Amino acid sequence: MLKSKTFVKKTRSGGVMKIVREHYLRDDIWCGSEVCTECKQESTALQRDPCMESNLCSYPHYVIPDTNVVLHQIDVLEDQVIRNVIILQTVLAEVRHRSAPIYKRLKDIVHEKEKNFYTFTNEHHRETFIEREPGESANDRNDRAIRVAAKWYSEHLKKSESDTDPLKVVLLTNDQGNKQKAEESGLLVYKCEEYIKSLIGNPELVDRLALSNDDKNDITSSKVLFPEHLPLSRIQAGLKNGTFLQGTFRASRDNYLEATVFVQGEGEESTEVLIQGLQNLNRSVYQDVVAVQLLPRDQWVAPSSVVLQDEGAAKDDNEEEGEEEKELRVSAAEAARKPTGRVVGIIKRNWRPFCGMLNASIIKESTRHLFTPADRRIPRIRIETRQADALAGQRIMVAIDGWPKHSRYPNGHFVRTLGSAGDKETEQQVLLLEHDVPHQAFSQAVLSFLPTMPWEITPEVMVNREDLRSLTVCSVDPPGCTDIDDALHCRELDNGNLEVGVHIADVSHFIRPGNAMDKEAANRGTTVYLCGKRIDMVPELLSSNLCSLRSNVERLAFSCIWEINHEAEILKTRFTKSVIKSKASLTYAEAQMRIDDTTQTDDITKNLRGLNKLAKILKKHRILKGALTLSSLEVRFHIDSETHDPIDLQTKELMETNSMVEEFMLLANISVAQKIFDEFPDCAMLRKHPAPPPSNYDILLKAAKSKAVEIHTDSAKALADSLDVARVDGFPYFNTLLRILATRCMMQAVYFCSGMDSDFHHYGLASPIYTHFTSPIRRYADIIVHRLLAVAIAADKTYPDLMDKQKQSALSNNLNYRHKMSQYAQRASVAFHTQLFFKSRGILNEEGFVLFVRKNAIIVLIPKFGLEGTVFFDSKNKAAPNVVFDEEGPSLTVEQHIFHMFDRVTVTISLDASNIQHQKIRMSLIEPVIPGVSVSAPEVEPLAKKPRLDR
Amino acid sequence: MAGLELLSDQGYRLDGRKATELRKFQARMGVFAQADGSAYLEQGNTKALAVVYGPHEVRGSRSRIRHDRAVINCQYSMATFSTAERKRRPHGDRKSTEMSLHLKQTFEAAVMTQLYPRSQIDIYVKILQSDGGNYSVCVNAATLAVIDAGIPMRDYVCACTVGFVDETPLADLCYAEEGGGVSSLALALLPRGGQIALLQMDARLHQDHLEALIEAAMTACKGVSKVLDQVVRQHLQEASVPSAE
Repeated sequence: MLKSKTFVKKTRSGGVMKIVREHYLRDDIWCGSEVCTECKQESTALQRDPCMESNLCSYPHYVIPDTNVVLHQIDVLEDQVIRNVIILQTVLAEVRHRSAPIYKRLKDIVHEKEKNFYTFTNEHHRETFIEREPGESANDRNDRAIRVAAKWYSEHLKKSESDTDPLKVVLLTNDQGNKQKAEESGLLVYKCEEYIKSLIGNPELVDRLALSNDDKNDITSSKVLFPEHLPLSRIQAGLKNGTFLQGTFRASRDNYLEATVFVQGEGEESTEVLIQGLQNLNRSVYQDVVAVQLLPRDQWVAPSSVVLQDEGAAKDDNEEEGEEEKELRVSAAEAARKPTGRVVGIIKRNWRPFCGMLNASIIKESTRHLFTPADRRIPRIRIETRQADALAGQRIMVAIDGWPKHSRYPNGHFVRTLGSAGDKETEQQVLLLEHDVPHQAFSQAVLSFLPTMPWEITPEVMVNREDLRSLTVCSVDPPGCTDIDDALHCRELDNGNLEVGVHIADVSHFIRPGNAMDKEAANRGTTVYLCGKRIDMVPELLSSNLCSLRSNVERLAFSCIWEINHEAEILKTRFTKSVIKSKASLTYAEAQMRIDDTTQTDDITKNLRGLNKLAKILKKHRILKGALTLSSLEVRFHIDSETHDPIDLQTKELMETNSMVEEFMLLANISVAQKIFDEFPDCAMLRKHPAPPPSNYDILLKAAKSKAVEIHTDSAKALADSLDVARVDGFPYFNTLLRILATRCMMQAVYFCSGMDSDFHHYGLASPIYTHFTSPIRRYADIIVHRLLAVAIAADKTYPDLMDKQKQSALSNNLNYRHKMSQYAQRASVAFHTQLFFKSRGILNEEGFVLFVRKNAIIVLIPKFGLEGTVFFDSKNKAAPNVVFDEEGPSLTVEQHIFHMFDRVTVTISLDASNIQHQKIRMSLIEPVIPGVSVSAPEVEPLAKKPRLDR
Repeated sequence: MAGLELLSDQGYRLDGRKATELRKFQARMGVFAQADGSAYLEQGNTKALAVVYGPHEVRGSRSRIRHDRAVINCQYSMATFSTAERKRRPHGDRKSTEMSLHLKQTFEAAVMTQLYPRSQIDIYVKILQSDGGNYSVCVNAATLAVIDAGIPMRDYVCACTVGFVDETPLADLCYAEEGGGVSSLALALLPRGGQIALLQMDARLHQDHLEALIEAAMTACKGVSKVLDQVVRQHLQEASVPSAE
């Protein structure tokens, strides 16, 4: 093996320092092509017969993109059509340096086997390494390196191919100068656009092309609409001396000319700066990190309450805009002025691909169209496409490329189509994308870490593992559950005490720390359950088979075993990895039936009865300690088995067995939390639920007062007790309503790392310490807890990241975010299915209760469907009734009628589909009858809306 | 983008080596005539000069005399021009003192000191240019110098620095790698018997990885010993040819 060496000298700023590094050149770097006979490579990535057909290059060829092509056209490269691409090390390094997300995407492509991407380490190849010449810039050197490598490839491939037409390489670059030089040295070179357009049979690929700089000019007029953004150096200087503030840009949902910038202050304090008007917004997009400058105090304004939607499909010029802005300013009240500023520069763009729909241009042949994102906080995006006809009525994804200062809207390009709007599959995709739920199929790299089938328990697996196969273990879950992660057993010991075991799927046995599967699971954070669909955190083989504790198969488990006396006092706790063989997988209803049916006396039933008895005592203890029983209505759809449309709605029922399983899961979680915290006080992953600030309870107290009921909120116990006695005669639903309200007052429970926080208390469960241990198939936090526990009992090895509290803390932040997003996605999915349901049912009249009273509306809860809706008292086309809002009550007087919280009303429910992107449930009042406000009971006006839905 | 990618997906390190490959060795023995033994060694960009005096009678305090063996006196220093920024003090700082002590321990384990009771052997090593793995280069250079001085040793002492990145041990770290947040370990080995003369590590490393890392270090040291052996043989040949004429 020959090693020659040259020196690379680098200077770095911060006091000029000379850095000398060795640079070895090798001659054992192979070309990666199947046809090559010279290279002694073990595996090849590039195929013998590259199958990209192009008008420009009719011969078989490989493609070499340069750095800018990769950076700008990564969407195109990700397409399945593009294969057999050589990524040079030079390009890879530059991409890594310039954009981390694109680097990651590129690496993912390279890892995908079917894409046949090959990374050529040209910088260390003896024949392709070049030194920077005097006077040559780093970029020029890299361009030359790319050309040299391309040249080497074309000659190398020529040598090895003898019989058929030789393979060629095509260099893709958008840089004029680079292209010219490449042509001079006899390379095949094309611009990326030219090449993509020439690909036969893939017209939609063209739309994915990001606009390059010279195209942008002709798309818009030369009129300058926006002030120039300041360069980063000036922004930094401004931030330092305090003239600018840095913050996250948050566009208003209701008013496209208004936004706030959230400035994170030192410590806890943070301020919001109001931005108003297009000029001041200065091309910021929701979630960008921007620099703002405060306006002088006399120009400060108050946030307007006007709802303004950007309707500007036709009006591209800004004259009318000015008027709208003026209107905005006039409406601003003098009193409530807020710090107002303007955006002077963008520190970091936070663009992602957006979902939405195309507003086809009026001119039929036009290729330029506006795109309206589903999220109202995102501005419209101008895109260029030739398939507008095909895309009309479709949900599509669009990425922003840039926002020049003379363009009213940002420019973007089409990424892909998701399907037709209103379609169940499509809408599901949209809500997953908009809630940032990673839902792609698992990559090859991830799947490669799955165990090979058929899988069986080998003696190595049995090391450090107890054999509990003989125990009568059973699982109790909701019907249709395939990812069973917990099972229970209970038996009498010789000394009269009971032994209770909770057995949790041993997911951490299969998912080893640091591998691709682990990273993917850590990123996903949680399994997301939508109506009729589950987005797994771990591949299905694990979630529904190997880890699922199904009946009558041997499964690995992590067991938590207590010795408990008949008063449900825990005498001993131990944890062990184990093998179990579940005897039965029951549903809650089945388990309940077995317990209730006195004729059954088999082992499983005895087991269940023992568990149930203990659970009741445990629950009593817990409630005595002050645990809250809160309520939220969960609905369940009965889905038609063929059309998969919802045919009925039902609120979820709770049975004794639900609480039985829950009780033992809580016990296991608390036991484990204590154990891992004792063992690792610095890096245990725990879950806390902070006590809500007293002001949160205001609404609950007021509401209770209006019904002459007293609620105490000084402690969780006081709250629980007072909720228990809160009853109103003749109003059985009152207690549930109060509990629903109390739920809304609560804080979010969060994961955290024990070394980073001092308050561990779980308010809702009234437990001093808590964690999640019992659902490792669907939550990543549980996997971490499993690993910690395994190390604590010396059943598994540890790894550095597990003990690093910074990394743990970062991980818990991600898990909290994913958890929150998955809940939003779940709610959105329920909302969408509710809409579908009402679409099929037409109009319904239902009885409900007033849950909240707002300034101009009441929020009504329909217990039957668990549905919440708003009844507005002011609408655009009708004269507004006389509405008086009393904040103390709280009550709302509409004409003569006074609405209080918990009032019983009757409403008619229909689907408002006037805006196809934002369909919603519309409710109108039937009872009490208020002239001019309520509608008469039979279905009247909403019918007219229906046909528009079915187009 | 933060940090350097120490090991690429293709398995190449920053300077183009693979994980187990050593840097290029260049060595000369007998560079100075006055000293009893001397050697110059380059391992990549790390360059060291080692000089040996002795065995001779113990100088200075007589209390240091050992009646059953020779004492070894080591001094490590770095040239002021050896690093990117000029060093103030070439030797005598804590780091150098520690390094001297390490060298002393290493060579007390390797040199057959019992053959020279009541005497002293001096080993002076100077780093002329530093690019990572200073300790190991010093040990290797000193080994050559001791051999050049004709002092019997149990075996070559070969040293190598290894680091741990992405679950892979990297052999013979260069400066950029040492500074890149790698937990590094230095190991001096008597390769034939497989005895470890010195093992030193200040970084945090998980216990589970230690075995793999030591294994890699031992393999690397064996590689070093082959190279050193070649150098010695070549030197012998060169030295013997003129005398034969």
